[in-house]
Amino acid sequence: MSRLEQGLARMRAAFSASLDKILTGRGSPDLGDLEESLILADVGPETARKLIERLKHIPSRGESARDSLATALVDMLEGEPPAPGLRLSGTPSVLVLVGVNGTGKTTTLAKLAARLGKEGKTSVLAAADTFRPAAIDQLQVLADRVGARVVAHRPGSDPAAVAFDAVQAALKKGNDLVLVDTAGRLHTRAGLMDELGKICRVIGKALPGAPHEVLLVLDATTGQNAIEQARVFKEAVGVTGVILTKLDGTAKGGIVVSVRWRMGLPIRFVGVGEGMDDLLLFDSREFVQALLGPGR
Amino acid sequence: MFGGLTERLQAIFRDLRGRGRLGVPEVDAALREVRLALLEADVNFRVVRDFIERVRSRALGAEVMESLTPGQQVIKIVHEAMVELLGSTPVGLDLGQDLPAVILLVGLHGAGKTTTAVRLAVHVKDRGRRPLLVGADVYRPAAGEQLAVLAERAGLPVRVAPAGSDPVVVTRDYCRQAPALGCDTVIVDTAGRLHVDDALMAEMERLSRDLRPRETLLVVDAMTGQDAVNVARSFQERVPIDGFVLTKLDGDARGGAALSLRAVSGRPVKFAGTGEGLGDLDIFHPERMASRVLGMGDVLALIERAQQAVDEQTVRDLERKLRADAFTLEDFLVQLRQVRKLGPLEDIVKLLPGMPMRGMPRGGVDQRELVKAEAIINSMTPEERRRPEILDAGRRRRVARGSGTQVQEVNRLLRQYEEARKMFRQLARWQRGAGRTSPAPWPPRRG
Repeated sequence: MSRLEQGLARMRAAFSASLDKILTGRGSPDLGDLEESLILADVGPETARKLIERLKHIPSRGESARDSLATALVDMLEGEPPAPGLRLSGTPSVLVLVGVNGTGKTTTLAKLAARLGKEGKTSVLAAADTFRPAAIDQLQVLADRVGARVVAHRPGSDPAAVAFDAVQAALKKGNDLVLVDTAGRLHTRAGLMDELGKICRVIGKALPGAPHEVLLVLDATTGQNAIEQARVFKEAVGVTGVILTKLDGTAKGGIVVSVRWRMGLPIRFVGVGEGMDDLLLFDSREFVQALLGPGR
Repeated sequence: MFGGLTERLQAIFRDLRGRGRLGVPEVDAALREVRLALLEADVNFRVVRDFIERVRSRALGAEVMESLTPGQQVIKIVHEAMVELLGSTPVGLDLGQDLPAVILLVGLHGAGKTTTAVRLAVHVKDRGRRPLLVGADVYRPAAGEQLAVLAERAGLPVRVAPAGSDPVVVTRDYCRQAPALGCDTVIVDTAGRLHVDDALMAEMERLSRDLRPRETLLVVDAMTGQDAVNVARSFQERVPIDGFVLTKLDGDARGGAALSLRAVSGRPVKFAGTGEGLGDLDIFHPERMASRVLGMGDVLALIERAQQAVDEQTVRDLERKLRADAFTLEDFLVQLRQVRKLGPLEDIVKLLPGMPMRGMPRGGVDQRELVKAEAIINSMTPEERRRPEILDAGRRRRVARGSGTQVQEVNRLLRQYEEARKMFRQLARWQRGAGRTSPAPWPPRRG
């Protein structure tokens, strides 16, 4: 079993059982039941309806119905045209993590450093969450664990200045990556969204072309509000992709289909556990395979 | 992306001129829209199904009131049923007589337990109790520091279990020490845990057995999707949950999780987190939540749409809401947003007999004004938001600088706020007056 399959075990169990019933029942597959399964997985009513429209012409039951569903899901997840891969072309490449409160930005940042560190890339972590008490301490502890360097200022200081200094530090030392942690903020707070815009602009001043990726960190247990989050963050700071966290704890996560399909944002990574190596590259086929279970 | 439920129902019933009783076709058409609205709001699929079934039987054959359209009638029935399900009246804490009273906060990662712990402490302190904050999260790096910093900010005593210690043993000790510290309430912040993580769930059970909390509150993110029911059930299987705290309600999530939680657990949502400040914890109001989940912004929308007729009960509800608001600048901001969403406030207030029309904020508020107003209010200290009268010239200059606006704009906002506050005061006075004398029958019958 792959790491992804292990992490998605719960999601698969919940989804596959009901799916089996639907696809192997007598008569033609009950699309009402399929809609229910999709909605229960947080795919959302609108996207579920869209998927079902695509499936209206399921040729027969059993294997091929499962295949059509898999194909439809992969299509929606890959998007048209397929999204380009993660841009790590800069020297250094600057990645900024953004998102609402409590989605796991700080933890994910450390995991990202660990993951890219294994590929031989050195990272500087920018502790630009200067708002949440002890966020800087938390990042420092995690950074020690994964052996990355932290650039931090005092709590309450200007986050854009932290990011700027981190980029400068990486330029000086020749690091490959700058990973910027930002304070969680609800997308409805216009002032805080402006602050995020400023952080990105200042990064661009320190290094033209940066940031190379702005990644929205989404909690997999989030429901339909994720779409609104994606829309507003994308408008405000040009989000380039999504990291889905806490996928191991939920039987859901279907929201990624909507975020990809309706917001056009590619899913970059998924977090499937509490360990530092539990951040996996997202692959649509693998994900759908893990979700629907192996065909017979 | 998604029009209001009211508008869509309006569209369905546009051609339907019939009065009398609600029949099968209109009820089913309306309930299809209601169902979709609830699913978009993340109410659990099965909870929606049961709910719709119940509402359907209630709506069928119901008489359409004089001046409501059939669509409005259905919404009224749905809204009432939802308030019932959410528990008609707000439920606060029940801390009993035993000392110290222990409140245990549990929940998934990132739900907002630590912030809620401190807010809850502020809440009970404001009600005359002496809280001790205890941090039992020995896993997340710097979790204890976060609690300690927030506690210090709120001027509250705090004890934190050191990383690597057994949180159950340490927390029990702290609870025993509470009386000696002069504290009668202990609020325990625990580590975030997945409901499928058996080891951590077992630790929570031990905490609950040892501490015998008077209140165990499950903290849930208002943005939670369909999984809310599983979370509620799995925690409830392990420890007796007395209620929920719904956090991050200051965002724009419709918060359907509230309905799911209540439906599967039978326990009430007790508090709502509504901002980033330490005072931003409100008693949960089922009625407001029902309107929000339905995507009606507020029940005010219902009144506005009902135009020609508002029944007595609705008027009373509106009045109670407005009067209960200790109308601060933050409430004002919320009002501004609603005004923008609903159209002119005058139209609504016109419906209330004897309401003075002076001092109304005129017209709508455009998006840019709203952003400015928000920036201005956000640039104030919590104290200033509560007591705007302390905003002297120096403070106003600072607020203008902080929000990137002009002092004149700050002044204008404060004037608008003062006018709105006056209006609400008049509204309250009008209501009291109406209570003394016996008012004319309302609504007045047409023809």
